[in-house]
Amino acid sequence: MKYVDEFRDGELARGMARRLAKIVRPDRDYRFMEFCGGHTHAISRYGLEDLLPTNVRMIHGPGCPVCVLPIGRIDAAIELARKPEIILCTYADLMRVPASGGDSLLKAKAAGADIRMVYSTLDALRIAETEPQRQVVFFAIGFETTTPPTALAIRLAARKQLSNFSVFCNHVLTPAAMRAILTSKDDRVELDGFVGPSHVSAVIGVTPYRFVATEFEKPLVVTGFEPLDVMQAIVMLTTQVNEGRCEIENQYGRAVSPQGNLKAQAEIADIFDLRESFEWRGLGEVPASALRLRETYAQFDAERRFAVETPVARDNPACECGAILRGAKRPHDCKLFGTVCTPETPIGSCMVSSEGACAAQWTYRRFDEPTREERMAS
Amino acid sequence: MTSVKAYRRKLDLKSGRVDLSHGAGGRAMSQLIAEIFHAALDNEWLRQGNDQSIFDAPKGRMAMTTDAFVVSPLFFPGGDIGSLAVHGAINDVAMSGARPLYLSASFIIEEGFALADLARIAESMGAASRAAGVPVITGDTKVVERGKADGVFISTAAVGVAPEGLELSGDRARPGDLVLLSGSIGDHGVAIMSKRENLEFECEILSDSAPLHGLVAEMVAAAASSLRLMRDPTRGGLAATLNEIAQQSGVGFRIDETAIPVKPEVAAACELLGLDPLNVANEGKLVAVVAPEAAQALLDAMRAHPLGRDAAIIGATVADDRRFVQMRSSFGGSRIVDWLAGEQLPRIC
Amino acid sequence: MCLAIPVRVIELLPEQMAKVSLDGVSKTISTALVDNVAVGDYVILHVGFALSKVDAEEAERTLAMIRNIAEDAP
Repeated sequence: MKYVDEFRDGELARGMARRLAKIVRPDRDYRFMEFCGGHTHAISRYGLEDLLPTNVRMIHGPGCPVCVLPIGRIDAAIELARKPEIILCTYADLMRVPASGGDSLLKAKAAGADIRMVYSTLDALRIAETEPQRQVVFFAIGFETTTPPTALAIRLAARKQLSNFSVFCNHVLTPAAMRAILTSKDDRVELDGFVGPSHVSAVIGVTPYRFVATEFEKPLVVTGFEPLDVMQAIVMLTTQVNEGRCEIENQYGRAVSPQGNLKAQAEIADIFDLRESFEWRGLGEVPASALRLRETYAQFDAERRFAVETPVARDNPACECGAILRGAKRPHDCKLFGTVCTPETPIGSCMVSSEGACAAQWTYRRFDEPTREERMAS
Repeated sequence: MTSVKAYRRKLDLKSGRVDLSHGAGGRAMSQLIAEIFHAALDNEWLRQGNDQSIFDAPKGRMAMTTDAFVVSPLFFPGGDIGSLAVHGAINDVAMSGARPLYLSASFIIEEGFALADLARIAESMGAASRAAGVPVITGDTKVVERGKADGVFISTAAVGVAPEGLELSGDRARPGDLVLLSGSIGDHGVAIMSKRENLEFECEILSDSAPLHGLVAEMVAAAASSLRLMRDPTRGGLAATLNEIAQQSGVGFRIDETAIPVKPEVAAACELLGLDPLNVANEGKLVAVVAPEAAQALLDAMRAHPLGRDAAIIGATVADDRRFVQMRSSFGGSRIVDWLAGEQLPRIC
Repeated sequence: MCLAIPVRVIELLPEQMAKVSLDGVSKTISTALVDNVAVGDYVILHVGFALSKVDAEEAERTLAMIRNIAEDAP
C-alpha cells in the first residue's frame, strides 16, 4: 500500500526511538497529548509506547467523535429511530454506544427500529430516493473530517428536492475542544504539546490551531495516523520543547496543506453554522464547538423536522472518562475499567469506540496493566 | 432415480419458485426432493428414500458435529452456501483428527425462493460432497412463509471416526508448544464483505472454503502423537480461535505478526474497512498447536498438501495466568490480540 | 472515526465519482470535494469521499526526514 507501508517500517521506528532517547533531557518529563483517537489507536496498535523513553508520556485526548457524543444525543437518535416512518442511517461506529437505561442503537434495531448502517452519506441519500414513502434521517457525527460528506449530501438532497431526507447533526469542532482542554479548571496535567489532528487538518488546514501556540504557548504538530508519523511528531515536539519554541508545525504535509481543503470548507460554511454551545462527554458544555444546519437548509434538519429534544442523561458517577479525556487520570485509575466496563459492555465514553483511550488500552495493552488483585491490594 | 414416481410436469427450474406446498409433505414436496436434492446429491442411501439411513459403524470412537449456515449473500466469490455447508461440517469433525464419513443436510427455505437458485445450491453441495468423498446420506426440507427466513438456511451434521489413540482437545495446549497455521487468513470474510450491500468493493479474492480432512490426515500420518489440538478459525478469525484455546488450556500465546500470511488484497480490503485481518473469518484454514519437536515435520507435511502450501509457524504457547494472546507487531512493539468486540460484520457462514 | 487511507484514482466516472484502487481492491468513491482529480492521483479516502490529494513530493520529503532522524542515531 503506497503511502502506507513506508510509514509502518519498524526498523526506522527503532532508529527514531534511539534518536529520541538521545535528545530527551533526563532532568524533565515530556507530556504530549495526541488529540485524535486515530493516533491513540496507532500508538496502542503498534506498541509505540514500548519505544518511547520513560520520561515521554502520551496522554490520550478526546479526539474520538463517538466517545464524546453525550448520552442524551444517542437517546434522541433512538427516539427518532423508533418512529415507524423513520429509517435511521448511521455509521457502524455508533451502533453499540450505550444510551440511557442500557439501551443502544443495536438494541433498538433488535426491537424493531429500522436502523441501517451505511458506509457513506451517499448511501443514505440513495435509500431516501428508493424509499420515498419513508423518512430517512442520517445520524451525522464526526469532526471536520466527516462534516463535508454530510454537507454534500444535504446539498444534493436540496438539489434533488428530496422531501424525505434529513440530518440529525452532531458534528463537532476540534479547535474548540482543544481550547476547552487548555482552559479546563478541573484537575488535569500540564501538557507540553499536542500531536495535532490528522485528517481534520486535511480539511481545515493548519492555521486554526495557531491559538495553541500564541495564547497557550504550547507546540502543536499536525500529524499523520501512521506510526512513523507519530514517532516523527514526538521527535519534533521534543525538539521544540528543548529549544523553548512553541510553533504550529505540519508533519503531515503529504495530505495537509497550510490552508486545508478550501472547497470542503466552503461546503461546510454554506450548509452549517455554529451552535452557541454543545455538550461533550467528558468535557461538558463547550462554547462554539459544534455545527447545526443553517436556516436556509432548515427543512433538512431532523431536529427541526421532528422537534427533537435532547434529554439530559447522566453518565455513571463512578466513570472517570472526564478526567481521562483531560489527561488527569489513566484508564486503570478508574474502578470500572476492565471490571464492568469492557469493549463488550462499555460504560464510559472512552471504552465505547476502539479509538477511545480505555478501549485502546484494554484491547491492545492490558498486559502491562496491574492485575485486578494487584489493584485491589494497592 | 428409478424408485421415485414420475411427476406430471417437471419442476420449472428456470423461473419456478418455492411455495408453501413444497414443504407441506405432499406430492409437491416429494417432487422437489427428487428433482433437486436427490438429483444433485444422488447416492445409494438417498436412493432408498427412507427417513433415515443405515450405515456400518467402523470400529473406534466416533466424532459428530452439527453446524448451521445463514451466510449472506448465498453465492459469493469462491463458493456458496451449499459448498460451505459441506465444508463447514467436514472441517468441524476433521479438527478432532477424525475421518469424516457421512453428512446430513436440512434446508429451511423461504417461500418465493427461486428453484433455479435452490438447484444451483444443491448441485454445488453435491459437487463438494463428492470431491470430499463424504456423502450426504439423509436430509430434510422445510418451507417457511416469506419474510420468515432469508432465502435459504442450511444445517448440516457430520459423523466421523477418530484414529485409535488420538486425543485432540482445546485444553491440551502446554507452555512451549508451537502454533502452526495452514495458510493466509481473512480470505473468506473479505470475499463475503466484497459483496455486501453498501460496502461494495471489487477484488479478486475468493473464499478459501475447502474441506480440510485430507490435510488433517497428512498431519496425523506425520506426527499424530505430537498434535495437541487443531481448530479451524472461522467466525471471529484467528484472534478468536487463539483466545478460545488460551481460555480452555489456561495458557497464553506469543505470536509474530510477520509470520502470519495475509494476502495483499485482504490487507488492503481490511484497511479500507477498518478491520483487522486477525478478526476476519476463514473457511479453509486450520490452526494446530503441536509439541515443539515435531513442528518441523508437521510443517513439512502441511506444505506438501495443496491446502497447506503457505503453512507457517506463527508463534508459541507460554505460561500466562491471564491467558493473553500477545503479538509482536511487524513494528517491533507488543500488543494484545483480543476477541472481536461485537463488530457489525455481515453473516459470514 | 477519522480514519482515511491513500488510494489511487484509476478511472473518472460521471457525477464527480471515481474508481479508486488499493492493492488490487477497487471501489467507487466521490471526488466532489476535491478539484482537478486526475487518473493516477492518490487521494485520501474517508467515508466514501476523497478529502485531499496526496502530495508526492511532500511524502518523499517526510520520508527523507524520517530516515534522517532514524539513521542519525547510532
